[in-house]
Amino acid sequence: MDFNHNRIRQLFDRKKENILNIYFTAGFPRLDDTGDIITALGDAGVDLIEIGMPYSDPLADGPTIQQSGQVALRNGMTLPLLFEQIAAVRSKTDLPLILMGYFNQVMQYGETAFFEKCAEIGIDGLIIPDLPLVEYKASYRDTIESLGLGFSFLITPQTSTERIRMVDELSRGFIYMVSNAAITGAKADITRLQIDYFDRIKGMRLSNPRLIGFGISSFKTFSTACEYANGAIIGSAFIKALESSNGHLSDAVAGFVAGIKNEHGEQQTQSFDPLKN
Amino acid sequence: MEIAVDERGYYGEFGGAFIPEMLYPNVEELKRRYLSIMEEPDFQRRFRQLLRDYVGRPSPLYLAERLSNHYGATIYLKREDLNHTGAHKINNTIGQILLAQKLGKTRIIAETGAGQHGVATATVCALMGLQCIVYMGAVDIQRQAPNVARMRMLGAEVRPATSGSQTLKDATNEAIRDWINHPEETHYIIGSVVGPHPYPDMVARFQSVISEEMKWQLLEHTGNSDPDLVIACVGGGSNAAGAFYHYLNTPAVRLVAVEAAGKGIHSGHSAATSVLGTKGVIHGSRTLLMQTDDGQIIEPYSISAGLDYPGIGPMHAHLIKTGRAEAVSITDDEALNAAFSLTRTEGIIPALETAHALAALDKLSFKKTDIMVVCLSGRGDKDLAAYIEYLDSHGL
Ligand SMILES: Cc1ncc(COP(=O)(O)O)c(C=O)c1O
Repeated sequence: MDFNHNRIRQLFDRKKENILNIYFTAGFPRLDDTGDIITALGDAGVDLIEIGMPYSDPLADGPTIQQSGQVALRNGMTLPLLFEQIAAVRSKTDLPLILMGYFNQVMQYGETAFFEKCAEIGIDGLIIPDLPLVEYKASYRDTIESLGLGFSFLITPQTSTERIRMVDELSRGFIYMVSNAAITGAKADITRLQIDYFDRIKGMRLSNPRLIGFGISSFKTFSTACEYANGAIIGSAFIKALESSNGHLSDAVAGFVAGIKNEHGEQQTQSFDPLKN
Repeated sequence: MEIAVDERGYYGEFGGAFIPEMLYPNVEELKRRYLSIMEEPDFQRRFRQLLRDYVGRPSPLYLAERLSNHYGATIYLKREDLNHTGAHKINNTIGQILLAQKLGKTRIIAETGAGQHGVATATVCALMGLQCIVYMGAVDIQRQAPNVARMRMLGAEVRPATSGSQTLKDATNEAIRDWINHPEETHYIIGSVVGPHPYPDMVARFQSVISEEMKWQLLEHTGNSDPDLVIACVGGGSNAAGAFYHYLNTPAVRLVAVEAAGKGIHSGHSAATSVLGTKGVIHGSRTLLMQTDDGQIIEPYSISAGLDYPGIGPMHAHLIKTGRAEAVSITDDEALNAAFSLTRTEGIIPALETAHALAALDKLSFKKTDIMVVCLSGRGDKDLAAYIEYLDSHGL
């Protein structure tokens, strides 16, 4: 499959800034919410959706995403069920859908079978944070690229220039810029040090678009991230909003996204800090 | 076929470094430098000197005569329990703390199950004046209370891991997350031959002093440096890796890896990874682990906190899969019995982990003329509460 037909590629061809990518854990808060969350996110105007495959031991995730994964697994979420849910919702949305999970889940499903299934049900890209560049290049790149799937590698403030170039060469779709040295989790502010790092990467003129993730949680942090990259990824803050949605899923989703995109949009989960310069 | 880790960090199909990018700079630096640092004469001199003067090495190789009579073969015990802090774990922490200093690290983190690795890490941090944080499952904090007290006395902070089954796997998850959050100043002292490359090889090298000594000690005792069997318990597999190391490429020496069967291999409460495990990735390495069809890691169980782990080091996965090592699974009760049996025949109270290795003597076939070495990985002071409960309930 030609990557030019990939929905992630088409999105970035069309839109270069303020891209909002929302992460949620599949099977949370309820087992069957996947489709409703995806359509509600589409209605609310997000650009990209990252679907987390809940995992028992998510090493790169903080307490919020860990706990959502535990609930999802207790609810009975499995990969085959998630694939069914995604296949069912694919006909209702044209948004790019990305699957995020850990390599053990992929291995156990069977690597090739997993990638083929993703392509078959209309997944557009993958994020597998513990699949290293060398293993990807040696064993999986050819399969993934021939299926027309995107793949996003992470970079951090500690990633060397040489390695960032390698990430740029191997990523297809966008590069995932981890905002600081940390596991996932909502944070209040973006520091000077982080801005320097964002600036440095911006100056590298990479061939892939960049999305900033980890710690983005509000209109303010989202806006700052968008000044230095094509957009940003929000996970933990969204999951907290779902947590307190009390069954009013689409209202919670709409309210949350409005609060991120719009300074005066309603935001239910946290008090709003006026943007300070 | 030579058994050793290859350049990519693999033992056959097991190993590698499946880590998130956040850990890459630290793990890469270790990978680039561990061998050259370990080979520096200054490093070797300090390592050897501390092992001798501080740890008390060489540890004795003791001919256990009454135990030998009982089993009808010759049994030696490699007395790692007599090391400072009471287990083999300190061989590795001495090595890694010297390495951490060479790398300029000022903050040390560790995971611990039985608390022996936590104590050994807290000890070397006190010795070097470095900050020490130890992650320990909340369940293990309860069942290995004496070691928690020792760590606190030594100045370490013990942080409970409250996710999953609140045992060694979960403590390791938390330690890895801590390392992601503190990438610059922190060194993570992993306590076993697990984790991303180069940890399994590095820890095996530090522990290899066990079989290095066994070779000359056996030569002194018997005129032959090779025994017929070497038996060791396997949590992650560091004491086994150390006891096997210099015999890996001597096929005539049988290597026996003993794991915990908990309440029975198929009881649903077990940590018998070699039987129940399938290929997957845990804590950064491709190895055998207990998991569901859907790739979720199964919470293990063993009475022994140090063996209560759903994976094994990649080296052991390779040794077992290729048939170089035999795996034996021992239940809680068999281990408890073996602990009392050693205590009452030889006057040595072993750790619960070690008791699994001793119980394997009942399961193995061997000849009368065989010479066996059991790695007595640690002493049982930390397990007295469990032993006394067993003693009272069984009228021993
Ligand atoms: C005395 C003793 N033996 C064995 C082990 C198991 O670890 P390993 O398999 O790395 O030797 C432990 C771990 O805590 C221990 O304390």
